[in-house]
Amino acid sequence: MRGQEDGFLAPLCYAPLGVSASRRLPVYYLPMARDLASLVDTLAEIVGPRHVRTALPERLTYAKDGLPTHRRVPGVVVLPGNRDEVIAIVRLLGALGMPFVPRGAGTGLSGGALADGDAVLIVLTRLNRILKIDARNRLAVVEPGVVNVRLSLAAAPHGLQYTPDPSSQTACTIGGNVAENAGGPHCLKYGVTATHVLALEVALADGRVVELGSPGGEPWGPDLVGLFVGSEGNFGVATRITVRLLPVARAVRTLLADFTSLRTAGEAVSAVIASGIVPAALEMMDQSCIRAVEDSVYAAGYPRDAAAVLLAELDGGHEAAVTADAETIEAVLRAHGARAVRVAADAQQRERLWLGRKKAFGAMGRLSRDLVVQDAVVPRSTLPDVLETIARIAAEYGLTVSNVFHAGDGNLHPNISFDGRTPGLRERVEAASAEIMATCIAAGGTITGEHGIGLDKLRYMPLLFDGDSLAAMRAVRRVWDPEERVNPGKVVPVHACREWSGVRNAEWGVRSGTSPVDSALRTPHSALDAEAGVR
Amino acid sequence: MSLLDRVRALLGEEAVEVAATPDGVPRIAPASPDAVALLLGTAREEGWRVRIEGAGTWLPADAPADLALTTRRLDKIPAIEPQDLSATAEAGIGCDLLRQQLADRGTWLALDPPGLAGRTLGSIVATATAGPLRQGFGPVRDHLLGVTFVTGDGRLVHSGGRVVKNVAGYDLTRLEAGAFGAFGVIVLIHLRLRALPRADQTLALEGSREDLTQVAEDIAAAGIQPAAHELMSPALARRERWLLAVRFAGSAALVAAEEAGLRAATGGRFAPLRADESHSLWMRAAESFATRPVAFRIGGLPDSSDELLDLLQHQVGDEWISASPAIGAIRWGGEATTDRLKRLRRTLAGLEVPLTLERAPWSVRCAVGHFGAYREGVGPLVAGLRRTFDPGEAFVVAAEGAE
Repeated sequence: MRGQEDGFLAPLCYAPLGVSASRRLPVYYLPMARDLASLVDTLAEIVGPRHVRTALPERLTYAKDGLPTHRRVPGVVVLPGNRDEVIAIVRLLGALGMPFVPRGAGTGLSGGALADGDAVLIVLTRLNRILKIDARNRLAVVEPGVVNVRLSLAAAPHGLQYTPDPSSQTACTIGGNVAENAGGPHCLKYGVTATHVLALEVALADGRVVELGSPGGEPWGPDLVGLFVGSEGNFGVATRITVRLLPVARAVRTLLADFTSLRTAGEAVSAVIASGIVPAALEMMDQSCIRAVEDSVYAAGYPRDAAAVLLAELDGGHEAAVTADAETIEAVLRAHGARAVRVAADAQQRERLWLGRKKAFGAMGRLSRDLVVQDAVVPRSTLPDVLETIARIAAEYGLTVSNVFHAGDGNLHPNISFDGRTPGLRERVEAASAEIMATCIAAGGTITGEHGIGLDKLRYMPLLFDGDSLAAMRAVRRVWDPEERVNPGKVVPVHACREWSGVRNAEWGVRSGTSPVDSALRTPHSALDAEAGVR
Repeated sequence: MSLLDRVRALLGEEAVEVAATPDGVPRIAPASPDAVALLLGTAREEGWRVRIEGAGTWLPADAPADLALTTRRLDKIPAIEPQDLSATAEAGIGCDLLRQQLADRGTWLALDPPGLAGRTLGSIVATATAGPLRQGFGPVRDHLLGVTFVTGDGRLVHSGGRVVKNVAGYDLTRLEAGAFGAFGVIVLIHLRLRALPRADQTLALEGSREDLTQVAEDIAAAGIQPAAHELMSPALARRERWLLAVRFAGSAALVAAEEAGLRAATGGRFAPLRADESHSLWMRAAESFATRPVAFRIGGLPDSSDELLDLLQHQVGDEWISASPAIGAIRWGGEATTDRLKRLRRTLAGLEVPLTLERAPWSVRCAVGHFGAYREGVGPLVAGLRRTFDPGEAFVVAAEGAE
């Protein structure tokens, strides 16, 4: 660890709950071996020795979040089992001035849940209890480590569901969803995570606990719940989450339309949106993705020769209305170039069609050793042009790009398959990714729709926001976390921020007498340095 | 140089409104976001205290200040994109004008806020005042894709964008929505639109409040999902008794099916309103709140709606009430003293129900605050955010009140 070079020794002390720390160590204080042992002992006192991981093989388990281009090995991994333990850990680290990173299932794909060797990774997957389902008021209270799909399964007997459904919903956690403001196919109709979070209990950077929002959804004061959701763990750790549940649709129709050109499929998306009927979901897969799925165990019966397929789902409370709307959408799709439209005859067929879509990322593992899942959003009317441009970029760089995405939201996932062992290929992947991002921004879009900025998108933030807007974000972050210790180096590229009153650059991430250890500064140059995290 | 001379030199003669404010505070109407930034940058240098105004139809223009900054000349609609169902509008556009232009392009902003027809979009966003359509389409924040705002020291800050999904950077848009201008002057708003509904039908039922509350529960239990589902007091509905109005909006098939569902669930007790009748009902109800001196909203749980209505009746009367019982949201209008409002807020706080003061004379706003006291630990966060966005304390906003 870099800290072992510091030569700075200070005994660690455990600050008991409710007792504020009397001393502050420098930000990015890196404990030496003896102090690391002391920290580990103290963490073990809080959570039990089994739940503190220090061995390199154990820490390597947490070195990625599904994105092959970023790898960071945390200094220590701790897995608290309840909120009190989370709060105790955060208070301890606050008293020591140590950076930490909250993490859910690690499926974020942006590098957002990675911790450097000088930080403690707090893994929240053991906080997996559904604390309350209030069917009458259609809400649930959960711990952050509850796996997304488990909540809908638990709510189903009440005729309710939790509608945000990321493709990773069988693994990702509600806490991670809150941190990233996660989406999913059915967010087209029902809205992303932010729409569904009513209230939060949050442990701030120093371990103070605040309650934000109210179960009825009206904020107490300014909308701090809305601000917290999507803050990528920079504002603290959500320890309890109150979410809205919605009735399970009584009627569902799922249609699969196939197209002989990607452009035509993109145009059909705009036509569906303009029809006035909001499908529950409207997903697109291109030929490369279709073939990967059809070659896999998730084969869904998609036509292999199609240039693209659109998976459209309509749902609602009335069979007749959903049937009529589905017929309208079918007519729109046919009128806009669909070669064929197939309607799932029953629940089994519907599930098969969806399985192919939801497991598409897994199926793409067949294409190559590594897969970069990109995430960007464009205005829906620009989809035909943007998809063509992405295909051109892929051809220019000699890369395989497969598109599987939330077309109804204009939320693209151009996925680049490659073998990272091939010399020079990673650089090409990065260059192509940058060009794709620039294309999306030029089309009036944005650089992430649901996976967040994390580490991977930091370099693009100045393309999207000016220095004042970035500085405003950083200043807001410092209101919550003045030392910028929580998930440091993510979301806001500090070097691109204009000066903002109350934010003194010298304080941030700088040890006296040394150069900045700001990973935000480092990232653009080291994203592809796969081994950089192993020290 | 006087304040007005300084402003004339900065922004030109036309930025200074000739029509004086009732309290004699000079009213400045910048014509662009940059002009707002220039004015607020100067205000910071000069130490001017600034109150933010829209069309002047919602919050009374009575906060003590050195100047009133009105957004009314920020009235352009730079973009309406029917294919993307999005639009970009400046904050000073009147909602009536915006609504008309959207309808001409086959689109719809599914918000029906309280207030007069010409109330500005910026006012609605800054105060987060949604109307009955919040039942089906969510609160104001759910209709926003992004905002540009100007801080108290004259910086232009952009948040979000014009696409329907966006998690790039912190969600300052949601922070601005409902902050009553404490964190900046909203100048530009990117909106999420819907297609103009093909069918739009309102049905109504008169009765006692108790009876209608039960009917409202039956409707929710039957899985009917109206666009609006509003319980209105007799004075508000201009009826003899309480009124439960149910509005369906969407495709013809959807509206027909929902109407059939409503009939089945309630024994056909609801009477459909003609288009002119429903328009008049919803518009009058919205406008009524702009004619009462005080309006506030509370957000409880659906199963506490009846209890909360009882509480309001007991503490402040229930003459002007509009409630969405299925989501626990209640808006109250009328006359209320500072003491009564404070007592009510305390009682509600004990029930874990927030009260947001939406509209009142300055003397009441100042004493009660839009939000009142924050919960433990939240005050420092809000104070920090105010310092961040308004370091010179230029904005005259009664966020907390004098507790």
